[in-house]
Amino acid sequence: MDPIIKLENLTYTYGDAASPALDGVSLEIARGSFTAVLGHNGSGKSTMAKCLNGILRPTGGRVLVNGMDTADESRLLDIRRTVGMVFQNPDNQIVASVVEDDVAFAPENLGVPSAEIRERVDAALRCVGMYDYRLHAPHLLSGGQKQRVAIAGVLSMQPECIVLDEPTAMLDPLGRAEVLAAVERLRRERGMTVVLITHHMSECINADRLIVMSGGRVAADGTPRAVFSQVERMRAEGLTVPETTQLLHELNASGFDLPLDALSVDECADAIANFLKKD
Amino acid sequence: MLKDITLGQYFPGNTPVHRLDPRSKLIWLVGYIVALFLAKSWVSYLFMAMVLASVSATSRIRPKTLFSGLKPLIFIVCFTGVINLFYGTGEPLVQFWLFKITKEGIYNAVFMVLRIVLLVCGTFLLTYTTSPLQLTDGLERLLSPLKKLRVPVHELAMMMSIALRFIPTLIEETDKIMSAQKARGAGFDTGTLKERAKALIPLLVPLFVGAFRRADELATAMESRCYHDGEGRTRMKVLRFAPRDAAALCLCAAMITAVAVLRRFGL
Repeated sequence: MDPIIKLENLTYTYGDAASPALDGVSLEIARGSFTAVLGHNGSGKSTMAKCLNGILRPTGGRVLVNGMDTADESRLLDIRRTVGMVFQNPDNQIVASVVEDDVAFAPENLGVPSAEIRERVDAALRCVGMYDYRLHAPHLLSGGQKQRVAIAGVLSMQPECIVLDEPTAMLDPLGRAEVLAAVERLRRERGMTVVLITHHMSECINADRLIVMSGGRVAADGTPRAVFSQVERMRAEGLTVPETTQLLHELNASGFDLPLDALSVDECADAIANFLKKD
Repeated sequence: MLKDITLGQYFPGNTPVHRLDPRSKLIWLVGYIVALFLAKSWVSYLFMAMVLASVSATSRIRPKTLFSGLKPLIFIVCFTGVINLFYGTGEPLVQFWLFKITKEGIYNAVFMVLRIVLLVCGTFLLTYTTSPLQLTDGLERLLSPLKKLRVPVHELAMMMSIALRFIPTLIEETDKIMSAQKARGAGFDTGTLKERAKALIPLLVPLFVGAFRRADELATAMESRCYHDGEGRTRMKVLRFAPRDAAALCLCAAMITAVAVLRRFGL
């Protein structure tokens, strides 16, 4: 099947900066996949996100969304309605003073007939569990609720792919859990393609694929298990690995032969238990 | 403490006045202002006061709420009244130094004060019974003929609704910055006027920087949600004129006619 997003040697340099923020990134995002992009500040991950729906035009290389080039201005609306984007600060992406009016913003821009907007808004709000709050004022909601409204605001465009740029960075643990559960539901129930950009290891564990960015390049790309087991390499990129992997790595270094790819706490416990039984 | 600021306050309700299309309410307000400026006598002012009272009774807005909105304006109202007191021609009743108070002067002053009070109360009644969003929507639709003259009506309405949306957010931010400055020993409530004004600078600078950053992020988010311009945009909630709007507009025309007729008869 065609990839939904294809990056070909994507390069982006801000203004007159000396070095590029993105330096020759080539990758494909498969339809219906859940891709996590990990990297710390300045690794180019947010710049890459902004290139995916044409907010930033590549200064080199190409970005193709369903075969449409983001440099082609006449296709920009089609690209943006295909790839929806949620940003870090929920306050700065809510436009209207009433939740349901905000969710209606995108379909209104697209010229969708009124009755259909109503249906889309209700469906999107139900999907993120915010239907009961549809008449509330956004500034009275919690961070996690606001971010779910922002997700609903993108869902009402009926995109094929949703890109979330550090959606949990400003939220408390409860809000984080709410938002991640909503994203998980999108993937499971709607089969939507999800690209989650984050710097929390734990949010990447459930992804099909993990891309680690560093210095504007792809430093590692593979399943979360495969990527995290390269403990030394992750450390070289200035990233820590999940505590479970770290524990197994330390044990390995001390001469115990344990598998490195047990990511969840349960798996890790099982791995250690099996090892102990063997002896 | 800053949350007490009421700007364009709205009291939700389900009265006939609340249900009216915002466009008819805006037209009503214009008609009401025209009628107020046509009013010349006690009779017509009494009539206008009765109109205001009946609208406020229908919308279940208590007179107390209505008059509380006048508080910040007391100075202007009194000032206008006093100035008008001395601007009368005719036989002076009292005279001292350069000033003279005439019978016409007193009438002028009383009528001017009445006019301002009725005007302000009428405007408040509109914002009390119409949500900000409906109001901007109504304005956009009413002013849409101006688009032919290249007036950016949609953009203006959009700016207005975004401004209203961000008032609480910015107030919250101001509160946060104030607490942060206070924690580091800044005083906003003490000192001379000059010192207090100076204390505001470290408050305003981060607030403005923050507002620009927000504006930038909001613009990106709006573009990501396919905002281009007003062209080809649809609305989820379409404004529709109902029979009650026609009735309201007839009442508005009747009010202006009544005042005009009273004026014709010198009342």
